[in-house]
Amino acid sequence: MRPLTPRRVAWICAALGGVLFAAVVISLRMGAYPISVSEIVMTLFNRAIGHQNEIPADFWNVVYEIRLPRIALGILVGASLSTAGAGFQALLRNPLADPYVLGVSSGAALGAIISLIAAPHTPGAIQAAAFAGAAATIAAVYFLGRRGGQLDSATLLLAGIVAASFLSAVIMFLMTTLSGRDLRGMAFWLMGDLTSQPSINSGWLYLLLVIGVGSIYTTSSDLNLILTGEQEARHLGVNVNRVKLVVYVAASMLTGLAVSLSGAIGYVGLLVPHLMRMMFGSDYRLLIPASALGGAILIVVADTVARTVVAPTELPVGAMTALVGAPVFIYLMRRRVR
Amino acid sequence: MSAPEERASIASPAVAIAATQALRLKVEQASYAYAAADRSAPKFTLGPASFEAQQHEMVAILGPNASGKSTLLTLLAGLNKPLSGRIELDGIEVSQLDLRTRAQRIALVQQESELLFPLRVWEYVLQGRYPYGRRLRFESEEDCLFAGNALAQVGAEALRDRWMDQLSGGEKQRVILARALAQRPSLLLLDEPTQHLDIGGKVELLRRLRRLADTNRYTVLVVTHELDLASEFCDRIVLLHKGKCLRVGTPAEVYDRELLEEVFQAPLEVEMRPGGRPRVILRGNQ
Repeated sequence: MRPLTPRRVAWICAALGGVLFAAVVISLRMGAYPISVSEIVMTLFNRAIGHQNEIPADFWNVVYEIRLPRIALGILVGASLSTAGAGFQALLRNPLADPYVLGVSSGAALGAIISLIAAPHTPGAIQAAAFAGAAATIAAVYFLGRRGGQLDSATLLLAGIVAASFLSAVIMFLMTTLSGRDLRGMAFWLMGDLTSQPSINSGWLYLLLVIGVGSIYTTSSDLNLILTGEQEARHLGVNVNRVKLVVYVAASMLTGLAVSLSGAIGYVGLLVPHLMRMMFGSDYRLLIPASALGGAILIVVADTVARTVVAPTELPVGAMTALVGAPVFIYLMRRRVR
Repeated sequence: MSAPEERASIASPAVAIAATQALRLKVEQASYAYAAADRSAPKFTLGPASFEAQQHEMVAILGPNASGKSTLLTLLAGLNKPLSGRIELDGIEVSQLDLRTRAQRIALVQQESELLFPLRVWEYVLQGRYPYGRRLRFESEEDCLFAGNALAQVGAEALRDRWMDQLSGGEKQRVILARALAQRPSLLLLDEPTQHLDIGGKVELLRRLRRLADTNRYTVLVVTHELDLASEFCDRIVLLHKGKCLRVGTPAEVYDRELLEEVFQAPLEVEMRPGGRPRVILRGNQ
């Protein structure tokens, strides 16, 4: 009997943190303007000790104005989406749950677009609207996915697919009728894209990420029990309704946060938690932090590939994750059916 | 105490002995009603039920399908509050207990639900320690000890590193029971635990429950369809029919041929065996 210890959680998180750091360094190197690892380390060191004027201006621009903010955004989005995915999987007791598959990302995108039309210059409005869109969509999908008072796995996924296509149609309608706007930019954004930079102070966004991931983490022992059955969890003393409410709000917020920044990047919430489960087991006390770090790694790597593989043209990062994610989704679905 | 129970305590040596021990569970005129999912169907009502159970006692709740057995069990487990009457465990009303305290005192073994992700046996049994920790807890040495003991009590130590989804029906039932024992409850409730077991498995499980009740101060309550096994292993029988508590007493008192025939709608014969434990036999086609 080897129960999970805080030490094991810390070691695995430290290891994943190391992988993330390596991914960040490699991502900083890659691109049209070549930079060596030693240069990156030197400039980071110079910046750390306050000798910023010793860094060449064009170098500074590429590293700190272009690549690093984009990597930081990738970390934020990846961690949000994969934690939200792990949360939705427990909340809905469905291993195929994912913000994108369930249509929650589309709901958040619709919210974000409506706020862009209605209040384009209000700071934070886009995040709030995306959160509202995500929360409304998951509530609708949850009620549509019930059959005979029970949550049915297949009906739930169908409800998600229907919601996603309906919301996409509404988004298309809005985009085509509002002809004055940058359609190509919006279409790119809808595929999932890290090029746009947030209009509000990014410190707030990281705070939201920490609150969202932290709230779900506080329920992780409860989620372990809910995964073996809601009724059983209730017998064992879990306040199931409170836990579901916390996870529902936090996962919707994280999805809204990610979509408001980068559009609908698909399958991250599905791929990463499953990968982490295969590697470290399905205990949520480890799975939540591991998924957050794993999601950050995945998006940093996927975005690096997306902007270098057909350079100088860039692919949307959502296309990269869907290329990998869709086959994995089918694999998981078939394994479950068998 | 209702009239049948009074008779029970006078008539049965087993109950007379138990009466000298501490009273564990007291159900006083507890009733419940709920609306069925289908609006056209009438509401299901469980009429007032009264019975008691002591430490070391094993009680069977019998009755045909839809007689209210599972509804009564949810009341006893504290999941629903009775509409009228009281259910007390060690003198405290069950519905007043907070979630964790309730889980430390009452364990409910239900038919297993589907596991979403693979889990090892020891991980599953450790879940029974949940009510004893703070939020976000990691299991202590003590928790492992209790979980190990629980596995030993059901003779499943060898299974501890196996995956839950690779166990046979009987093995799984023992592991589910071990998780309930890891809660260290005083009242152990089981909802049709023998359902998926062969006759050998059924006897083994009930023998184990009997031993647990005898040696560990548990009070065990089993919802079952097994008339003969209930008669063989239980001290007290609660017979339900169409939401009514028809009779409470020792097997000898409850197993009345006409009563059982009416309740179960089958031609039955009740044969009294030496030791006062009746046996139910199906009569041939007559």
